[in-house]
Amino acid sequence: MTIQNRYEFVYLFDVTNGNPNGDPDAGNMPRLDPDSSRGLVTDVCLKRKIRNFIELIEDQTQGYDIYVKEKSVLNLQNKKAYEALCITPESKKMPKDEVKAREVTAWMCKNFFDVRTFGAVMTTEVNSGQVKGPVQLTFAKSEDPVIPLEVSITRMAVTTEKEAEAQSGDNRTMGRKHIVPYGLYRAHGFISAHLAKKTTGFSDDDLSKLWQALEQMFEHDRSAARGEMVGRHLVVFKHATALGNAPSHELFERVVVDRVQGEKGLPAQAFSDYSVKLDGQAIKGFKHVVEVV
Amino acid sequence: MSYGIKLHIWGEYACFTRPEMKVERVSYDVITPSAARGILEAIHWKPAIRWQIDRIHVLKHIRFESIRRNEVGSKISARNVTSAMNAKSTQDLHLVSDEDRQQRAATVLRDVAYVIEAHFEMTSKAGSDDNVGKHLDQFNRRARKGQCFHQPCMGTREFAAHFALLGEGDQWPQSELNEAQKNRDLGWMLHDIDFAAGYVPHFFRAELKDGVVEVPAFQSEGFKS
Repeated sequence: MTIQNRYEFVYLFDVTNGNPNGDPDAGNMPRLDPDSSRGLVTDVCLKRKIRNFIELIEDQTQGYDIYVKEKSVLNLQNKKAYEALCITPESKKMPKDEVKAREVTAWMCKNFFDVRTFGAVMTTEVNSGQVKGPVQLTFAKSEDPVIPLEVSITRMAVTTEKEAEAQSGDNRTMGRKHIVPYGLYRAHGFISAHLAKKTTGFSDDDLSKLWQALEQMFEHDRSAARGEMVGRHLVVFKHATALGNAPSHELFERVVVDRVQGEKGLPAQAFSDYSVKLDGQAIKGFKHVVEVV
Repeated sequence: MSYGIKLHIWGEYACFTRPEMKVERVSYDVITPSAARGILEAIHWKPAIRWQIDRIHVLKHIRFESIRRNEVGSKISARNVTSAMNAKSTQDLHLVSDEDRQQRAATVLRDVAYVIEAHFEMTSKAGSDDNVGKHLDQFNRRARKGQCFHQPCMGTREFAAHFALLGEGDQWPQSELNEAQKNRDLGWMLHDIDFAAGYVPHFFRAELKDGVVEVPAFQSEGFKS
């Protein structure tokens, strides 16, 4: 069933000796907020991981396809074959006929988890081809400043013969890795029941899959660059109605992250340096649902 | 305008993209009337009403920051979707982000806060049971409780906008602008897009006077591009 309630969520995750999100503008250094030296992870970075996780666990499940894939084999021949089956396409634009345009969007929402969740732009002219997804994420920011380190590494091999000759047989190359020794990041999310109801049909099942993705996605996103990333806490505020019962910023303020070791404003060493409290109470376990009435 | 509303909005980031610099996005200095309207509509809107922005109070110093992200270059083509629908298979319908990658920088605003003064007018779609009071009440009720149709945003959805109603007797948020920052010419700025007339953008000459941008009525001094 399509979700009936508005939700907000606070998502806390951390990184140890890894680069959670490289900045293409800064030679792939971890993203930093220049104002405060706190680390940043963009919304699209988190969305990418959610997509990848759903693709992993719902492989071949009807209705859980992912439109924006990270990599895959494009069978272009196949594509051409069934394009030939199609009734003569009139133009490159969305069907002018609004009913038809709606059908196309509805079909996309039904079949693709990411279109249903985050929305998609499918057109140039007709408004109904643009889907605003119910799930909205913001940039994640670290609780305290992070200090990115540049770690130089060596490789005991070279790529080309020319390089080998130049080194007269030494065959070594050097590279660099950028890591954050430790950072606890906090992201905020919003889920609109109205957008789910009106257009995309984002359901309660989809919602539990989203929570699952947030809990487990880093477990399936291991790589040399990422280091150790862990989803730590997810606090879900469930409003009693679709419209909501409280301003989102007030709800977010109920989740307080304090330093128990070290000083606020200085980089932390481990998750144990923090205490996470909800309404003054320490929270344990990954997911906490708070009914907002 | 006796039926006006005042809404305090704020956020950590904002991107009100200039139409002339939208590939590598560069934000306007302040929120556009069009984006402000979008925020109001996220809280309450019906086809029976049309929001008009009257005044924008700028509360914080205008600062920029650059963010570069990996983005995809293409939109979903309706034609491919139709073929997939006909073939009843989603197998080959997708976009490979690695192969369609564009790195784009965005010059966005940091730490913004505004007070939006606006009112609405009834449209021709208003029915017999639509009246000004009803919609005004509904908007005020929602905004006061923090209710919204969807979370409003500062230009783009990754930059959520927080909001609070400024009712009668509520204390106004303090402006952090110093005297020198309160007056400046913001140049030509997008007012809004005329959706009824085939997406024609209207521009106006925006000027920050004593911390306030006075927004002309949409049809009056709007210049077409």
